[in-house]
Amino acid sequence: MRRQLPTECRQNLMATRPESTGVALIIANIISPRYYYLRKNPGGMGVTYGMAEMKDRKEEFRTTVDGTVVDRVYSPEDIPAGELDTSLPGEYPFTRNIMSTGYRTRLWTMRQYSGYGTVEETNRRYKYLYKQGQTGFSVAFHLPTQMGYDSDHPLALPEVGRVGVAIDSLRDMEDLWDGIPLGEVSTSMTINATAAIILAMYIVAAEKQGARQEQLMGTVQNDLLKEYVARNTYIFAPEPSMRLTTDICSYCAQHMPKWNSISISGYHMREAGATAIQEAAFTLANGIAYVQAMIDRGMEVDAFAPRFSFFFAAFTNLFEEAAKFRALRRAWARIMKERFKAQNERSVMLKFHVQTGGCTLAEQQPLNNVVRVAIQALAAVLGSCQSLHTNSYDEALALPSEEAVQLALRTQQIIAYESGVADTVDPMGGSHYLEWLTNRIEEGIQKYIATIDQMGGALEAIKRGYIQREIRRSAYNHQRAVDAGEQVVVGVNKYTSDEPLDLELLEIDESIAKKQLQRLKQLKSGRNKKEVRQILDKVRRTASSQENIMPVLIEAVRLDATVGEISGALRDVFGEYKEPSVL
Amino acid sequence: MVNKKIRVLIAKPGLDGHDRGAIAVAQGLRDAGMEVIYLGLRLTPEQIAEAAIQEDVDVVGLSCLSGGHLHLFSQTIDSLRQKSDKKVIFIGGGIIPKKDIPALKKAGISQTFGPGTPIKQIASFIKTELEKISDDKED
Repeated sequence: MRRQLPTECRQNLMATRPESTGVALIIANIISPRYYYLRKNPGGMGVTYGMAEMKDRKEEFRTTVDGTVVDRVYSPEDIPAGELDTSLPGEYPFTRNIMSTGYRTRLWTMRQYSGYGTVEETNRRYKYLYKQGQTGFSVAFHLPTQMGYDSDHPLALPEVGRVGVAIDSLRDMEDLWDGIPLGEVSTSMTINATAAIILAMYIVAAEKQGARQEQLMGTVQNDLLKEYVARNTYIFAPEPSMRLTTDICSYCAQHMPKWNSISISGYHMREAGATAIQEAAFTLANGIAYVQAMIDRGMEVDAFAPRFSFFFAAFTNLFEEAAKFRALRRAWARIMKERFKAQNERSVMLKFHVQTGGCTLAEQQPLNNVVRVAIQALAAVLGSCQSLHTNSYDEALALPSEEAVQLALRTQQIIAYESGVADTVDPMGGSHYLEWLTNRIEEGIQKYIATIDQMGGALEAIKRGYIQREIRRSAYNHQRAVDAGEQVVVGVNKYTSDEPLDLELLEIDESIAKKQLQRLKQLKSGRNKKEVRQILDKVRRTASSQENIMPVLIEAVRLDATVGEISGALRDVFGEYKEPSVL
Repeated sequence: MVNKKIRVLIAKPGLDGHDRGAIAVAQGLRDAGMEVIYLGLRLTPEQIAEAAIQEDVDVVGLSCLSGGHLHLFSQTIDSLRQKSDKKVIFIGGGIIPKKDIPALKKAGISQTFGPGTPIKQIASFIKTELEKISDDKED
C-alpha cells in the first residue's frame, strides 16, 4: 500500500509540481505491456533511432552481490506490491535512515583510523587533530597489543609501532591521551582479543583525568567471531572469546551507558573476499549470536542492544553498496523485533561505521584510488552511515602519508558540503533499481541466515568452517574473474601503463622499537612486583570462574600489569587457539 | 625437472593476519599445476624454514602486510640457508614499499609481487627462475 501523505504535503506537491498529481502516480503503477516489452528486450522496441541494431557491451550484465541478471531498465513493476517499502526515514524498519532528519541536522562523523609508533608520535597527531576541531578518534593499535604480547616479546619485535600505536601498559594509555579530555571526545578502538584489557586501561586513564566511566563515549570493536573468519587476531578459542565479549557487553550495559560495547564487523570479511550479500548476512548472523549469548546470560534484550553497533565496507559498485546498507537496516530491524522481541526502538536500529574498501586499492596507477575512494564514500553516505573512514590512495604501497590522509578526509568534506547528497534524507530512495537491489539483497541475507540457523548459529557455522569456505570461494572467483579480464579493474587488467609514479611515502622510524622497549623497561622496574604477581593470580582465578572479568582487569591495569602479562594469565586459563589452515 | 611437479610453500611470518593475498596466490599456483603447501599465518621464520625443509620445496612465498617484511623475510631466508644447501627461490608479497626492494633482493628475495598482480605472472616467474637453476646445474 502506498503511504497516504499528510494533506499539507500533498498540496505542496501539487502546487510545486502540477504534472505529478495523483494521475501520474496511478499511470506509473499500472502494469504496462509495452513497458514490460521495452524492459526485457535489449535495445528496446527497435523503432526508435534504429536501436535494434545496437548490441549491448556484453551478453549479460550481472550484479556482483549474487550474480543475478541486471535488466536493461527497472520500473515500479519490479517491486511486487507486497515488497513495496514505503517507510519514511526514522520509521520502522528504518530502511532509509534511523533518524528522520538524516544528515540535515548532523553530518556523519568523519572518523579517520590512525595510530603509529609510540604514544608520543600518536599523541602529537591526536592533539593536532583535536586542535583542528576533531572530536572523534579512532585508534589503531600495533599488532602485539592486539595479540596480547608486550613489545619486548620476540614475536612482537618486528611489529612494534608499525600498523598502529604501541600500548603495553596504563602509562602508555595515559600518555596517548595527554591533553585530550576523555570526558568530552568519543573514541573508537579497533581491539578484539585484548579488548577487555584495553577498555580497562581507557577507563582508568579517563578516571585519572577526572572523567567518570558513565560519561565516556566511544566503541570497542570486541567482535571475536569475525576474527576466526577473516581478521585473524584471535588468541583464545571461540567459547572463551565469546565469554570475554559478553563480559564487556554486560559491564558496559551496567556502567557505561554511552559506550558502544561491540562493533559487529563485516568489513574484514568483505576484505577477505566476501560478496556484499555475504558480508551483510554473516555480520547479521554474528550479531544474532551475540544477542542470543547476552540473553542466555540472563540479560534483557533492551538493556544491551541499544549499544550494539556495526561496521561495514563500501566498495565501488555505487548502487549495490547503497542498497546493501538499506537492506541491512531493514533486515536487522526485523530480526530484533520479530526474533528477539525488542521493545526499545533503539534496540532495533542498525547504526554503523563504514570504511572504504582497502582491497579495492591498486598498486598500479595509485592516483586512480582517489576516484575509487570518492565513489565508495559516496555509496556510504547514500547508504546513510553514522560514521566514515576514507582510505588513502597510497595504501596499496605503504602506510598512508599525511598528505594522502588529508586528501582522504577532504573527499568526505567535499561530499558533505559540495555534492548536495546530504541535503535530503536517502536521496536515492525510490530509484526503481535501488529498491529492487535492496529487496534482492535482503532476500539473500535471509537465505544465508536460514542456512546458518539450521547449522545451529554463527558460532557453529564458523567452527565447521562454513562461513570461511563461502568467503574463500567468492575470493577465488573474484581473483579468477580479474585474472581473466572479465572483471575490469582500471589500470590493473585494462588501460595499464608502465609509467612509474614516485610518491612520497610514510617511513616508520626504525628507532621506535628501541624507544618503546625503553618505556617498558622503565615501567617494569618501577612497579610493586609482588602486587603485580598477586593481581595476575586473581585474573587467573576470575577467568576460571563465572565472574565478569572487567573489574579485576581494571584493578590489574591500575597496578601497571601489562597487556602481555594479563593476556599471559588469560592464556594460562583459556589456552591458545590454532586454526587448522586449509585451502 | 620437467617431470617433477614444482613444490611451493606459502606462509605468513609474524603477527599480521591479512591472508587473502597469500591464499589467492596459493590457489592460483595450484591451478597452474604446482604442488602448494599453505602453511598459514602467525609463524616464526624458524617454523617456516623448518617446514620448507620437511616439505622439500623449490619455492617459498612469504606474505606480510604489516610493515615487518624486512626483518621477517630476511630472518626466514637466513634460517633456511643455515639449515639447508638446497637452492630455494624466495618470493614476497604484501604491502612492500619500493624503497625496501633493494634490501629485500640483497637478503635473497628474488621478486616481490604487490596487490593486483595476476597470479599467472607469478607462476611464469617461478617457472623461469627454476629453469635458470636447472640450466645452471646442467652447465
